[in-house]
Amino acid sequence: MTTPSQTVGPYLAIGLPWDDGPTVVPEGTPGAVWIRGVVTDGERNPVPDAMIETWQADPQGRFDHPDDPRGRVEGFRGFGRCPTKPDGSYAILTLLPGTIPGEGGATQAPHIDVSVFARGLLNRVVTRVYFPENTAANAADPVLKSVPADRRGTLVAEKTEDGYRFDVRLQGEAETVFFDV
Amino acid sequence: MAAPTSNKLILPRYRRDPEGTHPPLDSPGYRSTGLRHPKQPLVLLPQMLTEVTGPLLGPGRIGEQDNDLTRQHAEEPQGQRILVHGRLLDGDGRGIPDSLIEIWQANAGGRYRHIGDNWPAPLDPNFDGVGRTITDSAGRYEFTTIKPGAYPWKNHDNAWRPAHIHFSVFGQAFTQRLVTQMYFPDDPLFFQDPIFNSIPDEKARQRMISRFDYSRTTDHWALGFEFDIVVRGREASVFEDEEDE
Repeated sequence: MTTPSQTVGPYLAIGLPWDDGPTVVPEGTPGAVWIRGVVTDGERNPVPDAMIETWQADPQGRFDHPDDPRGRVEGFRGFGRCPTKPDGSYAILTLLPGTIPGEGGATQAPHIDVSVFARGLLNRVVTRVYFPENTAANAADPVLKSVPADRRGTLVAEKTEDGYRFDVRLQGEAETVFFDV
Repeated sequence: MAAPTSNKLILPRYRRDPEGTHPPLDSPGYRSTGLRHPKQPLVLLPQMLTEVTGPLLGPGRIGEQDNDLTRQHAEEPQGQRILVHGRLLDGDGRGIPDSLIEIWQANAGGRYRHIGDNWPAPLDPNFDGVGRTITDSAGRYEFTTIKPGAYPWKNHDNAWRPAHIHFSVFGQAFTQRLVTQMYFPDDPLFFQDPIFNSIPDEKARQRMISRFDYSRTTDHWALGFEFDIVVRGREASVFEDEEDE
């Protein structure tokens, strides 16, 4: 029987951050983009003691994992981890994921799975980042389509000069869509 | 966009945990949940490739002494030396091999080495309170550390956290990611702790309490505690037919 989840508490910063956590690929990697954002609470205050984790496919839509039925492709870590700063901000340097097979022969638009941990979160919350330039793929994506239309926008990052902006609003107006996995 | 295609997608599925296993995000007894829990209902996410895979973080992540928190400085830390051991298991009791486990904790006086911890117990110059290890081929792990102290917090009047060690595990899939806290048997502080008591199911709550293990208690050295961490189990494989291209 599964062990219950508990909060990371206020001191996760002593235990979980890694020096190379925010860089899924090393700085200077061709094509790498920064995904930056701010985590805020129900009063729009920054959450300075949160941590963002990301998990994604490589640019070809493949995973470095034996359960990828097309075969494991090694070399792309696919995982990022960044604690938030006092202003609630985080930043992850990565390559854009490719299109990913979905159910019944459908495809999924490129996306990154995100876990958010913080004091006051007794369990992680899970969301997804989609990318604004993939208009057609996003419109056809089975997960995005399952989200009420007026909330879908919270899952689509904004284009910026060095990558994308993806804010996480834990509660309240324009609350980010969180998933039950 | 050309997607990689295959005739069949064979994906594992991870069983959902029974109601009451995990704490509700809105747990008013734990005040910090107030402004941080989502108010909109969670949207069901079908498990697809991104969810049934996950980071496999190997030995490159750890140093030789990372699972002995008593040997990270020139001298030994203050406090009761303990051995914490157990297995990382999936819901079917299978050990999960080669998987990263990270822990962090307060020192013997209940103080964390963190700038935000102002509780006036002394820091221990010989204790950082941070450890990492990789499970062996049977999913086993062990840490040598010192027993953390209880500490006060501001959640309610005369609020004290029971002694605990934070555990972070990955398992093999995004669905299995888990952060929890390990508690010690018979802690008198359980009754007033809203974090421990946030777990609705009484039996599930008890699974966060380690077991005193006399068989792994070492004469004139350390007390043993056993703590198994169980992440979600798999359903039988699902075969999905895809159209031939």
